[in-house]
Amino acid sequence: MTTGNIASWGGNISEIGPLYPFVGSEVLLFLVGMALWIIWHVLQVRTERSSYEDEIQRFGDKETLRKILDAEDPYSP
Amino acid sequence: MNAELSSLSVIFTEFYYWLTVVLMFFIHVGFCMYEVGVSRNKNHIHTLMKNTMLIPLVTITFFFFGWWIYFAFPNGPGIIGGLVEAPHAVAWSELMGPHMGGAGDPDGWARLNGVFWAAFLLFSWTAASIVSGSVIERIRSSAFWILAILIGSVFWVIDAAWGWHAEGWMVQVLGYHDAYASGVIHAVAGGFGLGVLVVLGPRIGKFAPDGSPRSLNPRNPWLVTIGLFLIYTGFWGFYVACNVPMWDVQSGEGTFFSATNIYLAPTTLSAITVNFLMALSGGLLAGYVISRGDAYWTYSSGLAGIIAASAGNDLYHPIQAMIIAALGVLFMYKMHYWVERRFKVDDAVGAVAVHGYAGFFGVVICGFVLWGYPSSPDDSFAAINPLGQIAGAVIMFFVLGFIPGWVAAKIINSLGSLRIPREVELAGLDYATAHDRAQEEQGIIDAEREELDKV
Repeated sequence: MTTGNIASWGGNISEIGPLYPFVGSEVLLFLVGMALWIIWHVLQVRTERSSYEDEIQRFGDKETLRKILDAEDPYSP
Repeated sequence: MNAELSSLSVIFTEFYYWLTVVLMFFIHVGFCMYEVGVSRNKNHIHTLMKNTMLIPLVTITFFFFGWWIYFAFPNGPGIIGGLVEAPHAVAWSELMGPHMGGAGDPDGWARLNGVFWAAFLLFSWTAASIVSGSVIERIRSSAFWILAILIGSVFWVIDAAWGWHAEGWMVQVLGYHDAYASGVIHAVAGGFGLGVLVVLGPRIGKFAPDGSPRSLNPRNPWLVTIGLFLIYTGFWGFYVACNVPMWDVQSGEGTFFSATNIYLAPTTLSAITVNFLMALSGGLLAGYVISRGDAYWTYSSGLAGIIAASAGNDLYHPIQAMIIAALGVLFMYKMHYWVERRFKVDDAVGAVAVHGYAGFFGVVICGFVLWGYPSSPDDSFAAINPLGQIAGAVIMFFVLGFIPGWVAAKIINSLGSLRIPREVELAGLDYATAHDRAQEEQGIIDAEREELDKV
C-alpha cells in the first residue's frame, strides 16, 4: 500500500513523475486552498472590526484620548 | 557525457535561483525594519504585522493564480493575441508539486518550475511591500492585505507578462527594455501606492491648517538605516534573479554560452555587479548632497539610484549607470516634495518617490541611452526607443499601477473599510494591546509586592 506513485526507488528514476502523495487530487486541493484563503479574510475582517469597536468603546471618549495624547507628548506638564 | 552536462546545467540553474530566493528574503526583512523604524511607537506592532502577513497572503495567491498570469498574459490578452496556454503554471498542475520530470521532460523544467516560481514570488513580496510602507499608521490591515494581493499577485504579474517576458507584447511592439525592473516592479508598485494614498489621505496632523507639510521623522533611525542596508543586500539576489544564468546566445551555427537578461539577450554577471555598485554610489552621492546629509534620504537615495539605472544596467557603462542614478535621485527627491505640497499626499516612507518616480525615470532614460539597441534576440521585435520606453513607463506607473490602486482603494473605501477609525488612529494602533499587557504585568508586580510583604 502506498499513497503515492512510488513503491520503490529501485526502478528507472528518469521515469518518475510526481513525488507527492494522492496524485490526482490536485483540483480538489486547489479548491480547498482557495476556500481556506477566502475564509481567512472573512474571519480576519470580523476580528478586526470587533476589536476596533471594542477599542472605541473602552478608549474612544474625548477625555481618555486627551490623556493618551498627553502621555505621548514629551512637553506635556 | 551530454546527459551529465545537461543534468549539471539543470542542477546549477536550480541552485542559482534558490540562492536568489534566500538573498531576496533580506529585502523583506529590510522593508519590515524600515517601516517599523519610521512608524511612531504607538503603531510599531501593527506596522510590523501588516507587512509580515503579506508574505503568506501573496504567497498562496501567487501559487493559486499569479504564476499562471505570467505565462498566460504575454499577448495582453487581446492586444496582439489571446491567452497563452500555460498548463505547467496552473495551481492544479502536477508540475507545481515536487516532481522529477518523468520521461517527457528532457529540459528539466519539472525540477526548475518551483525555484522559478519562488524567485518571481519574492518580486511579488517586494511589490506589495513597497505599497505597505507608504500607507502606514492609518490603513486597516484587512484593506492593505487585499491591496497587497492585487499588486503582488495580479498587477505586477500582468506587467511582467507584458514587458518582462521574452515574448511580451510590449517587448515585441514597443521595444520595451527593463532588465532589472525599474518599471515592472518599482514604477508599478509606486504608482499603485500613489493611487491608494490619494484615496486614503494623510495621517492626522501631517499637514498644517495652511497646507504646509509637517515632518514625521523616523522614530528609530538605526532600524531604518539597517533596514535599507538589508534591502541593498537583498537586491543582489533581485538582480541575479532577473538573469538567466546560462543560455546559448549564439544564433545560427555554433554555440556561445552566456548569462542573459530576462529577454534572453546577452549580458554578464560582471556587468550587472559593477553597474549595481556604481548606481548605488551615484544615488548615495546625489542623495547626500541634495538632502544636505540627511541619513534617511541618503540611504533611500542609494536604493533610488539603483532603481533608476536598473532598466538598462545590463548594458550601461558603469559611469553611465552612476550618472543616471544621480539624475534619478534628483528627479525623485524633487518630485516627492512637489507632490506632497501640491496634492497633500502623505507618502510615509517615501516609497512612491524611491520606487515609483525613480523607476519611471529609469524606464524613460533607458530609451534614450540605449536607443536603437535590439530589445530581443528576435530581430522582428521593435528596437529600444524613447517613445516605446515613455509609453512603457506610463503603462507601468499609471495604467497598471496608479489606476488599479486608486480604483481598488475607492471600492474598499466606499465600504467603509479602508481607513482605521479616527479614535484608534489618535490613540495608536497598538494602544489597546499595550494597555492590556501593562495591566496584566501590573497584576504580577502587585502579587510580587504581596509576596515581599510576607517576608
